[in-house]
Amino acid sequence: MIDLSLLTDGGMGWLDASGPGSHLVLSTRVRLARNLAAHPFIGRNSDRERETILRDIDAAARDTVLLRHAASFRLDRLDQADRLVLHERHLVSRELAGLDPNGRVRYGAALLAQDRLALMLNEEDHLRLQCLHSGFALDAAYAEADRLDTELGRRLGFAFHPEFGYLTACPTNVGTGLRASVLIHLPGLVLTKEVSRVLQGLTQVGLTFRGLYGEGSEVVGNFFQLSNQTTLGKTEPELLDHLGKMVRQVMDYEEQARQVLLRSAPTIIEDKVWRAFGLLRYARSLSFDEAMNLLSGVRLGVGTGLVPGVSMYTLNKLLVHTQPAHLAIAEGLPLGDPALAIRRATHVRRVLEDESGRSA
Amino acid sequence: MTCDQCHEREAVVHLTQIVDADVTTLHLCERCAAERGVEPPTVGKSPLGSFLAAMGKELEGAALPGTPTDESCTRCGATLRDFRETGRLGCPDCWRVFETQLRELVRRLHGSTFHVGERYAAPGVARPDPESELGALREQLRVAIETENFELAAELRDRLRVAE
Repeated sequence: MIDLSLLTDGGMGWLDASGPGSHLVLSTRVRLARNLAAHPFIGRNSDRERETILRDIDAAARDTVLLRHAASFRLDRLDQADRLVLHERHLVSRELAGLDPNGRVRYGAALLAQDRLALMLNEEDHLRLQCLHSGFALDAAYAEADRLDTELGRRLGFAFHPEFGYLTACPTNVGTGLRASVLIHLPGLVLTKEVSRVLQGLTQVGLTFRGLYGEGSEVVGNFFQLSNQTTLGKTEPELLDHLGKMVRQVMDYEEQARQVLLRSAPTIIEDKVWRAFGLLRYARSLSFDEAMNLLSGVRLGVGTGLVPGVSMYTLNKLLVHTQPAHLAIAEGLPLGDPALAIRRATHVRRVLEDESGRSA
Repeated sequence: MTCDQCHEREAVVHLTQIVDADVTTLHLCERCAAERGVEPPTVGKSPLGSFLAAMGKELEGAALPGTPTDESCTRCGATLRDFRETGRLGCPDCWRVFETQLRELVRRLHGSTFHVGERYAAPGVARPDPESELGALREQLRVAIETENFELAAELRDRLRVAE
């Protein structure tokens, strides 16, 4: 089993709910896609070349202040539950963890992580540099990622073209290689049935949305990842500024939707959030999807002040620790074991009991 | 994961739909996806998928002038056909070898073909002199106007404005 204590805060500093706008935005991620000019892209290189890529990038990273003490994990040497845990912590993509249907872990797939910064190695591109911040913090996340990018760029030879910019294996990432995304909770817009209009609006202005776990994932618990679709033709600050403006607008819409709900249907909303709380507090068996949806209801209650005595940090921790692989490892059960639903309910009950005990 | 429709074959298409306020995801096998008019994943997601599909037709029929379909990257051996199949290029040099076709794709994907973000110079390589870069841009603009490539000229003009 992997030792997650090697990571600062277990790699989950982003869920401490300390960042700006944390009542709506769980986390902000900025990632930069880079490739080494000296090697073919991932689809056409050998195991030996991937080993060299891994070694060179690891050496360069450890030469920087920012990743000097990074924890490293070889995904190709981890079992499925451990890989899934890293994915559930938003540290590695589905592709790197080999979690896609019929997917397998690529030889040389690795993760380096220290504090808010992480490098995914031998992903679709040789290097995916990412910075994960708590709350809505696009500029801070980019500044940190950019600093590391500059440091690494001095030590490694990145593939760069005067016209196309940073070269990537897939043309959808070329140019800046920048993908910024904001994980936002939008239950108000879902309840007022406004969410499709808002999300469709985003796709018309060069942005895109995904589910909780990014590319190819489903929408669960009313969490949406909003991110830029295009990566070329605009400067990095322009791309961030555009996404930031749109996210602020979505946050405003969500706040307005919550006000509408509280004004026009206060008892229905109050009943909904307390029912969610009651089920989480007393249920004896919870599936992951059910837990996510109920946690979404309680989060709405906490955000609107209807449910006192529960912190966003506690809800964020529940969100992470009730995920399938986290729970399976904590309980010493295999992935998919039917007993996990019972253990999930017990875990949630205990946490909420402790929390209400403290606030009483 | 099995297909939500036939419950028999492996689901390979994950279709997220928004109907009114409901966001639902359907997991479909290739055949059921095709019945619903959804492109299989080998073609990729739109707009890259539709472009690659279109490029495939061009490759099967008359090739673009000066770009034989069997042209391969001098460094890694990848062909445009490989790119159409996988949606991934073989190596950094593919960007130079297939520049003409990729420029068109990049324009469709990003609405532009010029990177205006951070510039990069590899270690040991002198950073390009900004003045000589401006000179090169002006020269490209002059050629674009002379050859009546006005779309490119408009982009070059925008890029010059940013650079200046």
